[in-house]
Amino acid sequence: MALNKPYLDVPGTTIFDADQSRKGYHLNQFCMSLMKAENRARFKADERKYLDEWPMSEEQKQAVLARDLNRCIALGGNIYFLAKIGATDGKSFQQMAGSMTGMTEEEYRHMMISGGRSPEGNRYVGEDGDAQAHRQPQGKAGRA
Amino acid sequence: MARITASVYTSHVPAIGAAIDQGKTTEPYWVPLFKGYEYSKQWMQENKPDVIFLVYNDHATAFSLELIPTFAIGTAAEFTPADEGYGPRPVPKVIGHPELASHIAQSVIQDDFDLTIVNKMDVDHGLTVPLSLMCGQPQAWPCPVIPFAVNVVQYPVPSGRRCFMLGQAIRRAIESYDQPLRVQIWGTGGMSHQLQGPRAGLINAAWDNKFLDRLIADPEDLSKVPHIEYVREAGSEGIELVMWLIARGAMADVAGGKPPVVKHRFFHVPASNTAVGHLILENPS
Repeated sequence: MALNKPYLDVPGTTIFDADQSRKGYHLNQFCMSLMKAENRARFKADERKYLDEWPMSEEQKQAVLARDLNRCIALGGNIYFLAKIGATDGKSFQQMAGSMTGMTEEEYRHMMISGGRSPEGNRYVGEDGDAQAHRQPQGKAGRA
Repeated sequence: MARITASVYTSHVPAIGAAIDQGKTTEPYWVPLFKGYEYSKQWMQENKPDVIFLVYNDHATAFSLELIPTFAIGTAAEFTPADEGYGPRPVPKVIGHPELASHIAQSVIQDDFDLTIVNKMDVDHGLTVPLSLMCGQPQAWPCPVIPFAVNVVQYPVPSGRRCFMLGQAIRRAIESYDQPLRVQIWGTGGMSHQLQGPRAGLINAAWDNKFLDRLIADPEDLSKVPHIEYVREAGSEGIELVMWLIARGAMADVAGGKPPVVKHRFFHVPASNTAVGHLILENPS
């Protein structure tokens, strides 16, 4: 019997479950290694070389090099692990979270100061909220 | 006998720790947030416990994907603030209480909750930010702390119901400890927030405030809320709120005693990506 996953109809959201965790094991463990200062230095000196020390898929490595966090998550990454890459880059959690919406840093910060993203239209796939697939990317990028 | 004097609930947003450590608490962005904790710091000084039992979650810091305990109790003599990638926070070492922690582990495990016992562990912002919010920037934390880490990283996290029942078992354990210790239990994390994907930045102030109402007045009913409601209404990371039910389950009224006194309630949006909620509930003496 397949696992019960009642959370697949939440738009713009990937739940880090056992299947994702299995897929992303090496990607997340690579992220974990960046908690040591000497590893951060080695990674920054030659990212590709450092990534090649890990049995990650080429797709996962490309997603890390591009800092494409949505792609990393689709490939099994978890945000608390991926945050170690952001920390290595000197990015705040807000910058990281914002990068996944397509908004500029300023647009995202403004949304948060204004009370955050509304749950209206963003509870179920198929509604019309700003987190729905047909409304990506958000902000100016989506209007261009 | 030891007893639980009060429970404290608070978000543990890492940016709050960074604001404190970098001296930014008087910046306009942060002023309203820290104002909400002024009473709390005063209250802490007037109601200093002998031990804090601190429920939090590890954010891929002490526990990688190598080992994912659902409930882990820290029984060590001390715990070092972790380097989460930015360098360790400049805060005091956390001094544990190995005797009480081991007593709680023994009691709670025999009460059917399978805890993982941890004798070596670094502690991250989930544990140190609540201490900073409640105690400011002291040279040493005011009392020993027992870290209690809950898995909310890999789904499924424990249910609200399980957390609420665990809190009741922790209360029984503390009350069977043979020394007259005053213990506070803290539940941390939340409130609504989502840190991932195109839905990042979700905040649901109405749902959060209803959560606070229900946590105070009818936690038993609140404990029945399923995971999916947290995810849908409070964001994928809002599920951290199940940890508040552990602290609430340990209060006297749940075991037939008097209802708690609400000493303080605070809510603010935003701290970085997150809605900040805070409560102090005292058991009537």
